[in-house]
Formats: sequence, structure tokens, C-alpha cells
Amino acid sequence: MNSTIPSQTALPWLWRLPALVYRSGALIISLLLIGLIVLLSGASPVEVIGRMLVGAVSTPDQVGRVVATLSTLLLCAVGLVYTFNAGLYNLGVEGQVTFGAIATTFVLRLLYPEEATASLLPPPLTIALGVLAGALGGVLWGLLAGALHVYGRISEIFAGLGLNFAATGVAIYLIFGPWKRPGVASLSGTQPFDESLWLGTFGQTEATPVGLGLGLLALLITIVVMRNTYFGLRLRAVGKNQYAAHVLGVPARQQLLSAFLICGLFAGLAGAIQVVGVFHRLIPNISSNLGFLGLLVVMLVNFDPRWVLPVALFFSALNIGSLQLPLSLGLESSLAGVIQGLLVLFALIGRGLAQRYAAS
Amino acid sequence: MKVELQHIHKHFGPVHANDDVSLTVEAGTIHGLLGENGAGKSTLVKILSGFITRDSGVILLDGQPAHIQSPADALRYGIGMLHQDPLDFPPLTVVENFMAGSPFTPPILNPRAAEREFRQWCARFNFDIDPHAQVGDLTVGERQQLEIVRLLANGVGTLILDEPTTGISASQKTLLFQTLRRLADEGKSIIFVSHKLEDVEALCDRVTVMRRGQVAGELDLRPLHAGAQQASSHQPEIAGRIVELMFGRALAMPTKPPTRRDEVILSIEGLVLRSDRLEIRVDQLSLHRGEVVGIAGLEGSGQQLFLTACAGLEPPAAGSIHIAGRNLTHRPYADFLRAGVCYVPADRLREGLIAGLTIQEHVALRASGRGFFIDRAEVRAEAERAIAAFNIRGRPDTYVERLSGGNQQRTQLALLPAPLSVLVMEHPTRGLDIESTLWVWQQLIARCQQGTAILFASSDLDEIVQYSDRVIVFSGGRVSPAIPVAELDVELLGQMIGGRF
Repeated sequence: MNSTIPSQTALPWLWRLPALVYRSGALIISLLLIGLIVLLSGASPVEVIGRMLVGAVSTPDQVGRVVATLSTLLLCAVGLVYTFNAGLYNLGVEGQVTFGAIATTFVLRLLYPEEATASLLPPPLTIALGVLAGALGGVLWGLLAGALHVYGRISEIFAGLGLNFAATGVAIYLIFGPWKRPGVASLSGTQPFDESLWLGTFGQTEATPVGLGLGLLALLITIVVMRNTYFGLRLRAVGKNQYAAHVLGVPARQQLLSAFLICGLFAGLAGAIQVVGVFHRLIPNISSNLGFLGLLVVMLVNFDPRWVLPVALFFSALNIGSLQLPLSLGLESSLAGVIQGLLVLFALIGRGLAQRYAAS
Repeated sequence: MKVELQHIHKHFGPVHANDDVSLTVEAGTIHGLLGENGAGKSTLVKILSGFITRDSGVILLDGQPAHIQSPADALRYGIGMLHQDPLDFPPLTVVENFMAGSPFTPPILNPRAAEREFRQWCARFNFDIDPHAQVGDLTVGERQQLEIVRLLANGVGTLILDEPTTGISASQKTLLFQTLRRLADEGKSIIFVSHKLEDVEALCDRVTVMRRGQVAGELDLRPLHAGAQQASSHQPEIAGRIVELMFGRALAMPTKPPTRRDEVILSIEGLVLRSDRLEIRVDQLSLHRGEVVGIAGLEGSGQQLFLTACAGLEPPAAGSIHIAGRNLTHRPYADFLRAGVCYVPADRLREGLIAGLTIQEHVALRASGRGFFIDRAEVRAEAERAIAAFNIRGRPDTYVERLSGGNQQRTQLALLPAPLSVLVMEHPTRGLDIESTLWVWQQLIARCQQGTAILFASSDLDEIVQYSDRVIVFSGGRVSPAIPVAELDVELLGQMIGGRF
């Protein structure tokens, strides 16, 4: 009697295609699927794409909103480049943004009390201190997740999700409690700050040069760090094989904590920009879910920071452009989320299939 | 149940793990299966218990052909296997484990009835296990008892035990042997896989010795049990024949040039190491500069635990480790690295190198700490030098997982810093061809001439005898004293691997 169990690697020749075929195939399938969904909702895919692009760039205001979204998204995505390369799924990025925003609001309220008519310090200095506090708040929340993961041996995914709930809880408590608007407490957030504490913008748009500058600077630094420094190399080593990295003499714990710290720093900065540049107050959903969107961006570019900018720009444009859909085509603006999600999902599937089956 | 295996063949890639193996185990007997590392005994029992499928051959149970393709099939035929590492569910309770995995479990469980049944089985064999304890809290011996009871409750007529006496207490061993004898007397057949001569001689009726995938011979051990007085006169003779069958050849000649210096570089006192399955004690061991000490013994006898402890990767439960006179016990791994201790693991791609990084990135990683920015040109030049010096078939930007096993090992050696005080290696030449093996040892001897001491474990006895100054044997958690290689012969080494020292 002859019998063998086929091993996992023994595959029909049919499957052994070049890696590129799997990746581009996945992209094409995701585009077809997106088209199908648009068709099922009763619109033409070409028209939807057109409207979205027009919706993102037709007025200076819309371009400004795209740039504002891009600034925050870049900071989140850049931070996540560190944790992803260290092999961590830092879902806590949302909480790090939120806690950064809380810290910024705290410092601004301290330096510009409600009953005052002007900031205690010169406004630019107040803003700078607020942004710094935001960064520190993000670091604190990031290190908390890191400590839970490294010392408490809790999956960083659960630690992050738990801390997200905690940060949102703190924000809502503050908005409805100690920091409520005089008279009424509402979901629309705290009392807006005096205009002297708003970040300067490009013309009359929402986009702030400071926010965009910080995002681009962070991106540039990150590209250099990941490609040209020992720190970046050690981070990748730990991410690919923690035990082997340890045996080769890389201090793995230290690297993991650094990744959490840096990601928290950039996410906290993003939260600060959301407060001083976009909303001018603390609101419950201060992150606008851009932390989660950042996860998608970095997964789509396979953790390589060089490709973060184009993808983040595309996703920001989708986010803003889709806001026009309900008006122009009677479609839900959440279509942008569907498109982003499908692209990433299929990119991951394509990568997975390529890794598993591709002919070397 | 009478078990007959006829002309079993099994290949793993180029390795012929079972080459025309035939074995008959009579009902009502305990049959020992002996052999050194890689002899094929595990493969054979895994085929019988359905964990792997044979390439060809016939299995007869009570004379009827059996079609065993999976462990569930084997259990339906009444064949159960007790694995060396217990295959149970540590987070569940004893009763839950007892109920799990039975082909007869009804869709709705009855924990009370199961508990009653479990207590009856335990009472029968004098096992004392709390049905509500969590399995993770039990000792290895108790988990073994639980597994035996579970298999018996599922109606097995043939019980296979793989190295069952490793990690259990003396009283648990006595109880296990009583239980097995009783089961045999009830007509069940027992297959007892072990490398411990003493256990096989004390328990088994017959023993089959395997060597290099084939049956080397079969011996009747019943004369040993016939009378306690006579046993002592038979014992050495039969033990000698077993060892002869197991190794069946002269060992290779020692070829290592003398490189040992007087200075002690590594010294160990009263070391105690614990894992969840084993406890190892090493009373005293000193390694001199330039000396090579080889560790022989069946795999899984605690060698890895010992090597990782010597390299500073695993903290000892007690005892001390000194490197060059400095006490490094419980110091961080970084201190061991600074003291010039390096570990080269056997699993090159999981523990030694980082898949997804290139050769030059590994070189840079070793140089890490030189500054903030990587000097790419310098690292590349260094990688090219290493590739040339170690004859690696690859380029600086080749990913390490694309290299062949031999070239991965060359890369691991190329990454070792110089000078080096102690080099700790696990299976230094596993999977390498002869040319690479000779080359690797040339490099290692060159290190010894510079004063590095080498401590290595290998499952290849020839390698150990050829290249060691002294040899230690690990046997089921016990550690022998270090014996100069000149005093070794097959007989002595075989006895030691079999647990007699």
C-alpha cells in the first residue's frame, strides 16, 4: 500500500507563478470588487472616481482639508513605521493620538484659563508648549502599551485596544466634567480656544504649514533612520526574529520600547495638531480615526516609509473627496472606507500568497 | 493485541529513515525499542500510531491488515501512543483532558460520569491524581498517568511509550513499570522506546535494536528476569550485546591536534538548570583555553538547556558560572557577550540568523554600536572580506534564507567576533556535506589555536570523538563527568549514553 500526505510546500505547478503576478493580481481583483460594489449601489464606477477626485481638489477649501488630513495621517503613519518594523501591531495609536490631544488641551487651558482674556505667555510660546505636551502625552500612552507588552507579556494589540478605550473615556469624562463648556456640556467638545491660540493656516483653508511641516519632517527623518542607521537596522532585526536578534546581541526589549516611544511621540504630535490646527478644542473623536487609517497606509506600503507619502495623500484625498458623494450621487461617504479597506486587504492577501507560493 | 510491522519503508527527502523494517510484538509482552539518535525508532512508532504515513509496508494487527492514516485511525484500531512531551491540554482540568480526544465521546458531555470513570481507573492502578486539578500544574509523571488512563479508557490494546522515564521521579517510575507489567499480563502489548539500558533490561521481555534505519538485531531479555540471582551473571553479557548492536562499529579516530592551554576560561560549580520537563545538575566542569569538550547523548536530554545556560541566555536555578575568573552567574547576556562568549545554535534560520536580512546587514548588526549612521561602503567591504575569507557562496546583498545550509553555517561562523573566549555550539555540522564539515572544523580548530575554548553538542558520535579533548554524556537529565577522549571506546560510550555512569 502506498500513501503519502502531501506536504504544504508541494503544490501543483499551476500555483508557482512569479510574486509580481500575485501582487498585481490582488490589486486588479480589489479594483474589480470596488467597481462591483459601486455598481451594486447604483452608480457608475468611473463617475464615482471622477466625483471623488473633483471633490478633493475643486476648491481651495477642499485642497486645504486634504492637506490637513494628510498632515495628521502622515504623523500617525510615520510613527507606525517604527512599530511595524519592530514586528508590533500597535493598534493603540488611536489612544496615543487622543491622549496627546488631551495633554495639549490641558496645557493650553493652564496657560489660558477660561476667565482670562489673554494667554499668560506669548501665544506662539503657548502653542509650542501645548504641542510639546501633546508629544509627551503620546509618549506616555505609547510607553504604557509598551510596558504592558514587554514586561506584562500582553499582546500589544489588546494592550493598545484597551488603552484606546481608556483614552477615549478620559476625553469624554473631561468634556462632560471638569472641562465642560460654561452652561452646557455636549458632544461637540470643550469651549473653543481663543483665536490667538490657533495655528496659522494657508489662506482661509484648514491646512496649517506647521502641521504639514511636522508631518513631512517626521517622514524625512524616518526614511533616513530606517535606511541608514544602526537603530533602524536593529529595529528591523528585532521585528523579523526577536530571539535570533537577541542571540546576536541586539537588546530586544530596549528596541521594542523605543519603537513604542517613538510611535507615541508622533501620534501625540498628531493629536496636538488636531487640537491647535483643526478643531481648536477637544472633541470626543479628536483623532478622526486617522490612527487606524495610518495602520492601513503602512500595511499597504509593506512598512517601507519611502512609499508612505503617495499612499497617505491618496487616502486623504479619498477621505475628503468622498464627502461630496452624498450630495452629488446620493451615495454614502463611507465608500471611501470600503475602498481603502479592500485595497489593503487584497494587498495583504497578495503578499501572503506571494510569500507562500511564489517561485523563487 | 499482536502487532506486526512488515517491510516498512519511509523516506524524508534523501534520508531513508526506515529501511525495510520488520518487527513483531506479541500480545502480552513488553517490547523494547532501542537505538541512538536518528536510528529510526521514533519514525517507526509514529508510523504505527498514525502520526506519519509509511511509504510502503504492511501493518498487521492480530493478523489482520490495518489501514492507519492518522492518529484517530490508530486509536480506532486500539493503538495509543504516549509522547515524550505530553500531548495534553495544560489549561484544562484533568477530567476535561480525560474526556478529550475520545472517538466515542457523545455530543453532550457528562462530566460526572467521566469523573467517576476516571476515579475507577486511577484506583485500579494506584494513581493519585485530583480530577479537578489543572493539567499544567501536574508533574510530568502525573500527566503521563493521566494519558495512560485516557488511552486505556479509549480501549487501546497496544500502548506505545516514547522515552517515558525521562523527567519522572523514582517512585513514579516504579509505579509506571508495575502498571505496564500488569497491562501486559492482561494481554495488551507494550512498545517501550528508550535509550536507557537499565530501564529496558528491567522491564522488557524482548528488545529490538535499530541502527541507521534498519533493524540491527533482536534479543530475548527474559533470562534476565528468570531469577534475581542469575540475573547478575547474565546482565553484563546481554548489556554488552545490546551496546554492540546499537553502535556496531568502531568509533572514528581522534584527529584533533593538541591546543589545550593551562589557563581555565570557563568554570561551572553546582549548576542546577530547570525546564518544565527536566532538571539538570552539573557539579563541576572547567574548560581550558583551546580545549574542545563534546557533549554526547540522546537529543532532548538537556543539552540545549545546558548550552544556553553556559552562553548566558538562560539563567540557572542554582550554582555559578565563571568566565576567565569573573562570576557571571545571573548577569545579563550582554555581559557574556562582552566576556567573549558566543552561542551558535543548531536552528540556523530560527535562532542564529535573521531571515529577511542580507549578509551585509548581519555584518552591520554585529558592528552595531559603532555610531549612529551606518557607513554602507565600509560595511559592504567588510561583508565582502567575510564572504571571501569564509568562502560563502553569496553576495553581500544576498538574503540569508537564500543561502544553502552550509553557507548559512559559514555565515554564522563569519559573524563570530575575534578574539573569542568560549564558543558554545549546537550541532555545528548538522546537515552539511563532508567538505563543509571538514572546513568548519578547520576553522574551529584555528580558533582553538588562538585560545578559544569550544563546548559543543552533537548527535554524531564520530564528530564528538574526532574533535573533542574530553567528552560529557547527557542521559535523561543526568550528566556524566568529562572523560578524556583517549579513554573512550564504543562500549564505554554506549553504556554512558544508556545511562550507566
